[in-house]
Amino acid sequence: MSMPFYVPPEQLVKDKADFARKGISRGRALIAMRYDGGIVLVAENASNTLRKISEIYDRIAFAGVGKYNEFDSLRQSGIRAADLTGYQFSRRDVDGRSLANQYGQIIGQAFTHESKPLEVEILIAEVGITAESDCMYHISFDGTVSDEKAFCVLGGDDASITTRLQESTVTDSTLKSSVQRAAAALAGSDRTLSADDLEVAILSRTSQRRCFSRVTDADISEMLS
Amino acid sequence: MSMPLFTPSNDPGSNFVELVKRVGLTPPHETWSGSVDVPHATTCVALRFSHGVVIAGDRRATSGNIISHRAMEKVVQTDHYSAVAISGAAGPAMDMIKLFSLTLEHFEKMEGRLLSLEGKANQLSIMVRNNLPAAMQGLVVMPLFAGYDDVDQQGRIWDYDATGGRYEEREFVTIGSGGTLAGTVIKVGWRSELSRDAAVTLACKSLWEAADSDSATGGPDALRAVYPIVATITNEGWSRVDDTELSPIFESFAEEMRSR
Repeated sequence: MSMPFYVPPEQLVKDKADFARKGISRGRALIAMRYDGGIVLVAENASNTLRKISEIYDRIAFAGVGKYNEFDSLRQSGIRAADLTGYQFSRRDVDGRSLANQYGQIIGQAFTHESKPLEVEILIAEVGITAESDCMYHISFDGTVSDEKAFCVLGGDDASITTRLQESTVTDSTLKSSVQRAAAALAGSDRTLSADDLEVAILSRTSQRRCFSRVTDADISEMLS
Repeated sequence: MSMPLFTPSNDPGSNFVELVKRVGLTPPHETWSGSVDVPHATTCVALRFSHGVVIAGDRRATSGNIISHRAMEKVVQTDHYSAVAISGAAGPAMDMIKLFSLTLEHFEKMEGRLLSLEGKANQLSIMVRNNLPAAMQGLVVMPLFAGYDDVDQQGRIWDYDATGGRYEEREFVTIGSGGTLAGTVIKVGWRSELSRDAAVTLACKSLWEAADSDSATGGPDALRAVYPIVATITNEGWSRVDDTELSPIFESFAEEMRSR
C-alpha cells in the first residue's frame, strides 16, 4: 500500500485560500454602503440578466462575486431558508445575522472538506427599522463572517478599491452622491463606468413591506451625471 | 432551521409548494369521518372595468347560525398585480391564500421576474384541486382570482370549482352564499366601459343587496366602523379603497332606501 504524501495543514489551507482568492479576484468588484435612506449596493456588471444582487426577504438583500453558478446556488438556498422560516413562524422571525451564520457554515464546510473551495464572496445586507440597526455581513471564501459598518467591498481588486473609497471626499450621504462615490471607487482613476456597466439596487427604509428595489439604467445615468 | 440544500437532480426549482413538501412541512393527507363545524366565509365579487378590475368581499364569517368573525379579511392582495378572495371553510382557505402568496413571491425572487397572470391562476387551480379530499368532507374552499395582465394590458378574473376547474369570465364573478344575489345586481348594472368610481359603487351595491337578503353575508357595520374590503387592480397595481371613500357610498344606499 502506498502512503499519501504528507501535506502540512498550513500548506493545505494556504493553497486552497490562494486558489479561491485567485478565482474571486478575476471577477469584477461590488460595493455596498450605507446612505441616509438605507443601504445601496453597486456592482460592476456588464450583464443585464445575470445578476449579482438579489432580494432575499423583506429587508434583506444578497450580493455575490466570484463564480456565478456557485453564488447563485447560495442565493437560491438563502431565499428558500428565509421563505421557509417566514412560512413556519412569522415574517419578523427572518433575520440577516442567522442567514449570514448559515452561509458561513456552508462555505466554511466546503472550504475544509470539499476538494475545491467555493470561489465566492458574499454579502448579506439588512436594512433596519432605524439607521442604527442596519447590518452588513461579509462572508468570505473560507466561511469567515465579518460585520461591516459603513461600507463593504467584495471581489476584484478589493484592497485598492477600499483605499479609493476611504480617500474619496464625502460631501453628503444621499443616494446620488453614494452611487457616484461607489462608481468612482470601482472605476479607479484611468477609466469611467457608465450606467450600462453597473448594477445598482437599494434597500430603502420605507414603510413598505418589501424594501428591496432595483435602480433602472436611466436612473443610474441621472445619478452619475 | 438549517439552510435547505439540494443536489441538481433533486432541486425543487422555483416552486415553493414543492419546497415545503421536500423539507417535510406539509401535513400528511388524512381522512376524517364525521364533520366539523368550522367558520365559513361568505360573499365576494370581482368585476372588470375600463382600466382593470374591482374586487370586493364582506367581512363576516359564520359557524352555522353564529357570527364567528365580524372583521375577517377575505380579499387578500397576493402580489403587486393580483388578489384572491375566498369563500368556504375559513381555516383551509386562509392557509391556501398564505401559501399561494408565498408561492408567487418565492417565484419572483428566485427567477427575478413575475409569474404571468395565467400562471398564477393555474397555480391556484392546482391548490384547489389538492384540497379536494378535504372538500369531500365539507371543507370546501372556493376562491376567486383577479389581477391585471401587463402583457394583455387588461384586468382578468377567474373563478373555480372544488375539483380545480378554472373558468375565466369576461364580465364579473361572484362566490359564496350571497353570490347569486350579488351577481344579479352586477349583471343588471354592468357595462363594458365602466369607470373606476362606477365599478366600485356597483361592487358595493352588490354586497349591500346580498347582505340585505342573505344572513351569512355581513353588511357595512357603521357602529364598529367595519366596511367591506374593496380594492382596485390596474396597471399601477393593487390599491385598497379607503373606508372614508366607502362610508359615503353605503350612506347613499341607506339614504336611497329611506326615501322609498
